[in-house]
Amino acid sequence: MFMRGLKRKCFDGEEDIEGTLAGIKAIPSYNLQRQSLLDMSLVKLQLCHMLVEPNLCRSVLIANTVRQIQEEMTQDGTWQMINMQNTGQASVDRLVSTDILCRSSREQAEGKHVPGYSTFSKDFEGDQAQDSSETMSTASSVQALRNLQSNVWEMENSQENKGNFQKSLDQIFETLENKSPNSVEDLFSEVDNSYYDLDTMLTGMMSNTKMGHCDGLEPFPSPTTTTSSSNCKSDLNELDHIVEILVES
Amino acid sequence: MCWKHKFASLCLHLFHCVATLDSNADIISTVEFNHTGELLATGDKGGRVVIFQREPESKNEPYSQGEYNVYSTFQSHEPEFDYLKSLEIEEKINKIKWLPQQNAAHSLLSTNDKTIKLWKITERDKRPEGYNLKDEEGKLKDLSTVTSLQVPVLKPMDLMVEVTPRRIFANGHTYHVNSISVNSDCETYMSADDLRINLWHLAITDRSFNIVDIKPANMEDLTEVITASEFHPHHCNLFVYSSSKGSLRLCDMRASALCDKHSKLYEEPEDPSNRSFFSEIISSVSDVKFSHSGRYMLTRDYLTVKVWDLNMETKPVETYQVHDYLRSKLCSLYENDCIFDKFECAWNGSDSVIMTGAYNNFFRMFDRNTKRDVTLEASRESSKPRAILKPRRVCVGGKRRKDDISVDSLDFTKKILHTAWHPTENIIAIAATNNLYIFQDKVNSEMH
Repeated sequence: MFMRGLKRKCFDGEEDIEGTLAGIKAIPSYNLQRQSLLDMSLVKLQLCHMLVEPNLCRSVLIANTVRQIQEEMTQDGTWQMINMQNTGQASVDRLVSTDILCRSSREQAEGKHVPGYSTFSKDFEGDQAQDSSETMSTASSVQALRNLQSNVWEMENSQENKGNFQKSLDQIFETLENKSPNSVEDLFSEVDNSYYDLDTMLTGMMSNTKMGHCDGLEPFPSPTTTTSSSNCKSDLNELDHIVEILVES
Repeated sequence: MCWKHKFASLCLHLFHCVATLDSNADIISTVEFNHTGELLATGDKGGRVVIFQREPESKNEPYSQGEYNVYSTFQSHEPEFDYLKSLEIEEKINKIKWLPQQNAAHSLLSTNDKTIKLWKITERDKRPEGYNLKDEEGKLKDLSTVTSLQVPVLKPMDLMVEVTPRRIFANGHTYHVNSISVNSDCETYMSADDLRINLWHLAITDRSFNIVDIKPANMEDLTEVITASEFHPHHCNLFVYSSSKGSLRLCDMRASALCDKHSKLYEEPEDPSNRSFFSEIISSVSDVKFSHSGRYMLTRDYLTVKVWDLNMETKPVETYQVHDYLRSKLCSLYENDCIFDKFECAWNGSDSVIMTGAYNNFFRMFDRNTKRDVTLEASRESSKPRAILKPRRVCVGGKRRKDDISVDSLDFTKKILHTAWHPTENIIAIAATNNLYIFQDKVNSEMH
């Protein structure tokens, strides 16, 4: 367990401004910054899966950072232990509820957006997402990381033949660890493909959202849309309009 | 006291610009001198390789001291498409390595993310004239006009440099190739990607040996990748590879076929007082280079360069701060992705000075003997021909001298990732985005 004072070193300007006087004041600020870092990292992981081919070193370093934050949160007791393990396995067979689609981009930016990305998120997660407390959003972020991983993996496969499934196992962050390849393939056959496109479009939207927490930091670079399939883009344009309506309602 | 004398031992102040070369099309992605320093190769993001040759010193112009001019340009790699993964394979040249010259031709290896190619560079400055059956333009002669036989003679012609691909080493890598290194045996070389290292024979393209594999059985368990690797300059059985967790592994190929177990692990324990969420990221080694002597290794991580003694695994023997003023800015640098920038490092010919790049088109040099260091800038202003480079300073608050740059006005888009040092002389090549600068020591270096 690290000293509070030492931890603050990693954030810009914290040292100078806070100093030693606001021991109490520093604590919520630190948690907020840590949460912001977690959110930023999750968005980065999402972003990097949008590029031509993800830089594996960068992805691994970001994922390690996320794990580190989560471990610390667990130690701190700010982590709510929900049955992560069980949900990870069971989550993949539920489609996204419109509830998540209708969430504002601000809410989604605060850490609840990741469940929104996921094509397959549990209903329970959707319920949790209503809760605006910080702890809930951090709790969902581990789930989010897994969903992210599964989501990425799914995104990359959705445009290809299912026969390429086996070969894509080398892609980073394979998920569904306890699933055998055959059972997952069966899983896919039940899925309506239109949701993949919706999901792709959503992630495209989210990655253009600025993080609200850190002022004065540079905005994210917009992701290069290098997706090779032209089908995806035309669908995006069509659905763009639809979701715009949904989100604004 | 004149500041020239102050830095005399470094010779750095004497560096003046001999060439600024715009490859206005593309960002330079690698720079490498050949073993004699006569040739300098650059690779860029567009898959092109440009080779510069040093002009022999002319007695008429004692100041020219051998400038570098374009010798040859060729397209090494083209963009490709991986149909299996629906992903593009970039044509960007990640690394170029020269082979030791064994005959009149020069050879180099160039690689992008997936494919390594061996190129042969030959010169042609004579051509045969006086064929019996063909005329000057190559058209067949009317045989009835041929009344006597002549022996074709070789006549001089304008120098033509021909570059041909001799080998293509494809399909060896699932992940992105980050390094290639030619073995001292001159027969084999290795290529490293994020998770695996392969050993190739220069003459065999259809197979390679996998000598390191750190891919976990379950990709979800992946926490560490290979970031750089290099063969030992003298011992053909030894090589080193660095990781994203800041460790170095020295491997001996005689020990086993698969060198997953290192012979030596070089790792510095973390400083607990500096611990932060970014500690691991900034400890990731972006480049590793053996010294010319083979006794030391040089590593670059985000904020420092370190010299390691091969005989000491517990910690580096020397650590130099490149830009410690960035330590308090790591959060911003994480957000704008600069924290993932991979800087290279270089030794000078005598292993007494080390060099690495930084931001704002600054690059840094450290003299290992005097412990002096200097910051120089590769920019248009400082690069008028024969202009002597002026040391720069970054101020972190407190007293600010004239010409100092404050940390907040550093331009993080101007990064010097790739630098190279001539094998024997004090000539350095600096790649600043799409410009190549070549700086030279005015005084011939007999000082080391």
